[in-house]
Amino acid sequence: MAQAAGTAHLETSTGLDNRKLLMWLFLGSECLFFGSLIAAYLLYRDRSVTGPYPGDLFDIPFTSVSAFVLLMSSVSMVLALAAIQRGNVRGMQIWLLTTAVLGLLFLSGQAFEFTEFNHEGLSLSTNLFGTTFFVLTGFHGAHVTIGVLILLSLFTVSLQGRIQQKDSLNVELAGLYWHFVDIVWIVIFTLVYLIQP
Amino acid sequence: MTLAEYRRRGGAEALHEEGHVAEAEHAEKHPGPLEYAQIGLILALITGVEVAIYYLGLSHTLLVIALLVLSATKFSMVVLWFMHLKFDNRLFSTMFILGFILALSVFTVALATVGGKLV
Amino acid sequence: MATEWPQTRKTGLADALRGAREMADQHYGIWSWIATVDHKRIGIMYGVTAFIFFLTGGVEALLLRTQLVVPNAGVLDADQYNRILTMHGTTMVFLVIMPLSAAFFNLMTPLMIGARDVAFPRLNAFSYWVFLAGGIFLNVSFFTKNVFSGELGAPDCGWTCYSTLSSKAFSPGHGVDFWALGVQILGIASLASGFNFIVTILNMRAPGMTLFRMPLFVWMTLVTSFLLIFAMPVIAVALFELIFDRLFNANFFNPDKGGNPLLWQHMFWLFGHPEVYILILPAMGIVSEILPTFSRKPLFGYPFVVFSGIAIGFMSWGVWVHHMYTTGLGTVANSAFGISTILIGVPTGVKVLNWMATMWGGSLNLKAPMMFAVGFVAMFTIGGLSGVTHSVVPSDYQQQDTYYVVAHFHYVLFGGAIFALFAGFYYWLPKFTGKLLNDGLGQVHFWLMLIGFNLTFFPMHISGLLGMPRRISTYSEGQGWDIWNLLSTIGAFTIATSILIFIVNFIYSLRRGEAAGYDPWDGRTLEWTIPSPPPHYNFENIPVVHARDPFWHEKYTEDEQGRPIPVVAGAANGHEGEGHDEHGGHGIHMPSPSYFPLIAALGFPIMATGLIYDYALVAVGAAVLFVGIYGWALEPATEAEEA
Repeated sequence: MAQAAGTAHLETSTGLDNRKLLMWLFLGSECLFFGSLIAAYLLYRDRSVTGPYPGDLFDIPFTSVSAFVLLMSSVSMVLALAAIQRGNVRGMQIWLLTTAVLGLLFLSGQAFEFTEFNHEGLSLSTNLFGTTFFVLTGFHGAHVTIGVLILLSLFTVSLQGRIQQKDSLNVELAGLYWHFVDIVWIVIFTLVYLIQP
Repeated sequence: MTLAEYRRRGGAEALHEEGHVAEAEHAEKHPGPLEYAQIGLILALITGVEVAIYYLGLSHTLLVIALLVLSATKFSMVVLWFMHLKFDNRLFSTMFILGFILALSVFTVALATVGGKLV
Repeated sequence: MATEWPQTRKTGLADALRGAREMADQHYGIWSWIATVDHKRIGIMYGVTAFIFFLTGGVEALLLRTQLVVPNAGVLDADQYNRILTMHGTTMVFLVIMPLSAAFFNLMTPLMIGARDVAFPRLNAFSYWVFLAGGIFLNVSFFTKNVFSGELGAPDCGWTCYSTLSSKAFSPGHGVDFWALGVQILGIASLASGFNFIVTILNMRAPGMTLFRMPLFVWMTLVTSFLLIFAMPVIAVALFELIFDRLFNANFFNPDKGGNPLLWQHMFWLFGHPEVYILILPAMGIVSEILPTFSRKPLFGYPFVVFSGIAIGFMSWGVWVHHMYTTGLGTVANSAFGISTILIGVPTGVKVLNWMATMWGGSLNLKAPMMFAVGFVAMFTIGGLSGVTHSVVPSDYQQQDTYYVVAHFHYVLFGGAIFALFAGFYYWLPKFTGKLLNDGLGQVHFWLMLIGFNLTFFPMHISGLLGMPRRISTYSEGQGWDIWNLLSTIGAFTIATSILIFIVNFIYSLRRGEAAGYDPWDGRTLEWTIPSPPPHYNFENIPVVHARDPFWHEKYTEDEQGRPIPVVAGAANGHEGEGHDEHGGHGIHMPSPSYFPLIAALGFPIMATGLIYDYALVAVGAAVLFVGIYGWALEPATEAEEA
């Protein structure tokens, strides 16, 4: 039997779980965080005094694949939640691990991309593009890394049998964070990579 | 809820049963693994389309509009289905939308004021 | 604590922690304070710490005023002046007003909504320890140069730290790094607090307390918390940009590589304007509680005051450019923001009118809390009026960067926020100490502070319009500024004297003060229904709320003319019969104490120090943070504990 999302263990005035409310507030506030970083990127787009420029460096096919990987990790994440909501601990574990692996794959892609750009002469200090690009995607990558840590922690804890159907909220919260990190990438991929000056 | 409502609904016992009933009904509308996989497929397809039109050589304006629409669609699908906002209590949506709209408005104005290019 | 620890190789550590926690579970001793998750204790710690910083910032102010008492005074050199000036501003905003507001959020919110604690008690403790860490980190900067030969290492860029002054090129040395990292740490504390209070207020109200039956202070806490969670991320990004520019040669504000220093101003004020409403809304909330109580009348136009608060919250996002009229953004931007800034005066005015209408026809009890509250209304209105003159673009062109601005913001932040916070002290501290402050001394404090305050800051309107710029370490004679500066300095020392009187009063009252009892002010709201000081579980039975000002309605009904008549059986001693007795009287489970919030909080200043001096420390700090967070997450919880 699926557990209704957000039902509180203790009674709350809104009937909603404290931690789930907290997570949504956090995601709302993160919109301001990433909004600021994206705004800085957009402000300085096209204003670098020297190269290298985005057009010189971007490998759209490569980045598309890594964007696809992150999107698919959202699918596996929601499948992990669906599993535990149905009491399927084994299924949840498999999908959690899959999500973490896909996340790591994405991060490897980022690391590879950063190294490539660096070899082509782009660093944090080179020009405005280097500054805004690395800071924006760097913070996003840091968020993904934290997400992977959370997923692996959940996975480890579940190996000890401490995540059962009644604890599905923990997976749900991790999922909300993970999906958010994914939708931020949807925005970044479009605004930074696909829509170039 | 108020104490009055709590009593009217029959106290803790009745509430739990109510919850179960609601969950059972809820389960009907709740997307299952198959629906999630389907949404995943759509997301992948949209991404493919985005990359394809990138290479099509459209005018800049057209490209931008198309890409914004497509990415907004992906964004919404993940938020509404994967993050379950479509089925959850409206308070969660309010919190998120508040932050999102605030960010969108404030930075649009900021960029306009400083003379940045939005797209 | 029923959860079993998993049998891992960490069993020894688990046992040790459990033992330590049992020690901390006693309600005495320093360990019980270090591991406390009780909102009342956390509130007291916030209050004491913030008050100490208030004295620090006050001494800094006295140093500045001494330097400016006469032209070319020679007390401080320009470098020392800049550093003390920066620290005065930064301290007062981030280490005094915000945490004093946080103290009241902590002390009062659960009591006013009929809860036993906040939604996330450990997160609450974490907020306090991070604040303390940030405050210490910031002040340690003074000592990073040769303090004994008068070289101060504190930041010297002003509390707004504009670019390009803040760049490595123009501010070599570590001062600005301490500022940026210190404020960043403080931001984390505020952010956590914001989340906590929103969830607490939305989710933990007593049965029957709908949103429109909440005390107005709770409403202002809610609006402020929303402002915090949306504004702090913006300054966080701005600070990261500054830190990356300085430490890693990024180009956010580097004009040589095409960067725009104005970006800093935009980011800072995008945060900064909501920030000033974060500073004032809690104070408005306090006053909105005191005026009705001491007028023996309900708050006039409660829905209007609520909606004005919400309106101010929204509109605060649309006015930031009024800090930048003179930066050359053009007439369109200036006009648009000029209009929005004029408009934001409207909801503020609505509040002032409602406060006045509350007092009108009331039976005024002019005890110390009421004096400070009325003082707030008057002083804040003056500050608001000078604010209106700032909103008009052409007049602001004359006022920008002069002492007129200094006058304006001190009227709203000192005459406003600080007066209201003192009102809150006199009003609410007795609930937690169990002792009333001496009212006679309170009256002396009030009048001396009112006179001193006006003597200090009113002349600044004049010297500002006579052209005296801000942030100058001295001035030459013959410009017409001398007399105004002299008066300001005399005023400043008058304020200091009044604060000393308050301190004496506070210490005296702790020992010999009159017992406060449950309800010393014939109050209206739930906090007055419990003993002073409250038991650690707050309410024996969670109250059921039937109306706004629920306690007042229990004590009084009204006659035909609307005058209050005491209810015969109405008592201040809890509620008989009614009440959501969730534990059947078998002992109330409160959240367990925890050391992990403190451990996690320590990670931040260690990382910050590492970023300035030695990157290895960054790894150490991160490790401490991780240990703190993992311990926190895996700790066995009590049934009342969420996170």
